[in-house]
Amino acid sequence: MAEAGVVRRLVPQSTESWLILVIGLLCIFLTFATDSFLTLPNLFSLLNNSSINLIFAVGLLAVLVAGGIDISFAVAASVVQYLTAIVVMDWLGGGNWALGLAIAAGFGFCLGAINATLIHYFRIISIVVTIATFNAFFGLLMFFTRGVSIFDLPDWWVDRVIVFEHQTARGDFAEITLPVVVMAVMVFLSWLLIHRLNLGRQLYAMGDNPDGARRIGINIAGMHFLAYGWLGICAGIGGLMQAHYVQEVVPNAMYGRELEVLAAVVLGGARLGGGKGTILGAVLGVILISLTNNGLNLLGVSPYAFQMVVGLVILAAITTTNLQTSGLLGSRRKPA
Amino acid sequence: MTQLTSWRQRLRGPQAELIGLTTLLAVVLVLFAITTPRFLTFSTFQSVAFQLPELGLLTLAMLIPILSGGLNLAVTFTANICALSMAWVLQSMGGPDAGFLAFALGAGLALAVGALIGTVMGLIIAHLGAHPILVSLSMMIFLRGVGEFITRGGDISGFPAFVTTLGHGTIAGIPVPLLAFGLAAVVWHVLLTRARLGFSIHMLGSNIEATRYSGINTKRALTLVYTLSGVMAAVAGIIMLSRFNSVRIGHGEAYLLITVLACFLGGVDPFGGFGRTASVVLALVTLQVISSGLNLMGANQHLATGLWGVFLIAVMVGRWSLGQLDFMLGRQTRAGPVASPKPSRKEETP
Repeated sequence: MAEAGVVRRLVPQSTESWLILVIGLLCIFLTFATDSFLTLPNLFSLLNNSSINLIFAVGLLAVLVAGGIDISFAVAASVVQYLTAIVVMDWLGGGNWALGLAIAAGFGFCLGAINATLIHYFRIISIVVTIATFNAFFGLLMFFTRGVSIFDLPDWWVDRVIVFEHQTARGDFAEITLPVVVMAVMVFLSWLLIHRLNLGRQLYAMGDNPDGARRIGINIAGMHFLAYGWLGICAGIGGLMQAHYVQEVVPNAMYGRELEVLAAVVLGGARLGGGKGTILGAVLGVILISLTNNGLNLLGVSPYAFQMVVGLVILAAITTTNLQTSGLLGSRRKPA
Repeated sequence: MTQLTSWRQRLRGPQAELIGLTTLLAVVLVLFAITTPRFLTFSTFQSVAFQLPELGLLTLAMLIPILSGGLNLAVTFTANICALSMAWVLQSMGGPDAGFLAFALGAGLALAVGALIGTVMGLIIAHLGAHPILVSLSMMIFLRGVGEFITRGGDISGFPAFVTTLGHGTIAGIPVPLLAFGLAAVVWHVLLTRARLGFSIHMLGSNIEATRYSGINTKRALTLVYTLSGVMAAVAGIIMLSRFNSVRIGHGEAYLLITVLACFLGGVDPFGGFGRTASVVLALVTLQVISSGLNLMGANQHLATGLWGVFLIAVMVGRWSLGQLDFMLGRQTRAGPVASPKPSRKEETP
């Protein structure tokens, strides 16, 4: 048993530490296997590329912690892009970043509130509601826009904003762009909400035991609006950043992203069913998947094989983390 | 009072779902018949009959996992991969000149591949206790990757001519794909209502621990759930191959969440345990009639998709209102403990 004890101490106990271990090993491998992995331009582009998914991921975490699930947020982000574009172009005659962020967050919150209303007041289960709103949002968006993209966006929206720039010895530019800053702010705010505020504890309580939470006087309606509304705000701002990044608004640009983000967040230890999950885990989950894509790219693997490997990585990750929790090493915790 | 009670019993009875859905279908049919003159024609029936089977077979593949308390998000790409393996057999046995033997072998391989994919997922879910959404989601990403890697995003075509007749032909006026779907639905119905495994599947969705304590090998049953789901996805893949005379990875991708929507519309409990094949088939027909009717009115599929979502919300809100009504009437007749009509249940991980 003493040996098992040693093994147990060496094996990471939480999903987060597992992910850090795996990400660390992957980084070491990539550093030696490729020339360009451990360079500022590559690391910064990795950060720029994963910003939008990170914004979505921390929002989705709030819903997962509260015991729900949301499939509709990515298409909601597309809806917000269109609505924001129409409002700033047709009504405000241009607008600016502050207005754009406020409008996108507002629309995002409203779309999230639709989900929350249906879930709370009509007692429909979150997965049913969000699959319905996913189809409603996407179908109606494609119908009303006729699938037409918007290229004519205001300058403030599409002009690249470089926050930090560094020229390497080889002449490459390493840049940190606006989405990274916005991502950092959203991750910080989500961390504050989920891990530092009393509201966050209430979200955990509701996710862990809805009846118990109701009986100790937690405002369940408010919590629903908080969780889905926060995801809506994150989706709206993420959508704004995605349009900024690609410099156009395409109605089906985010279609399918909801499942990728969901996989990343759950990979990061959030439990479907509520009450468990951390911001760090969600961030690490997204980073692991981005890192895998980036590594495959640098290793010169065919882009067609990326998804295959990413799928395998997630499958392997679930297998190992569940092997660990299901007590092969005599863990005392109950399997998730 | 007795009249009221009997009405309430009917509202709650096992047939209520079927009656409700039939009424809904009738309402939709009447609405379209009034608004669109060309609606009540043979061509509408034909468009429904030819489009229903793909979505229908995929929905059947989704039904059993949902009944068992899980979800299989990999159904569409399982269908693609199975069709791809069938296409490989057809291509390597002569392409357009391939005979029936090649077709039979290909179909056999497709079914085997579907069963294999399902079994792998089932084993991970049953033995590791990982959440079905996560396992099937990563399997979906993996299968899509495998398919894209093999096909490089292109179409695979060049099959013998009789494959097309299978996809577009009719036997006694009934389209062959519809026959396949009907047969599959009957098999599923019999399996779920008459077979031991069907009973176990319902039990798994209701309370997996109680099922285990009552002596059912839950791990084996749970694995079989996903194996069967994979096999049904393979059938869908074969039908899609013959309908379109080609295989492309991503074909039917948009159906994925629609299959879940159809199951919920058909009254399947999202947590598992309760649901009937017949109701789900009725829900599918209703969805397809909406889509074909809108098509006749000149709207595109996107509007139909959007309205399907709205329709599901409307039906769920309607069910909630009926539940409230039932609850209020119940309070009048007996002084029971005050509780919400549908207490919120926490999602259980099998």
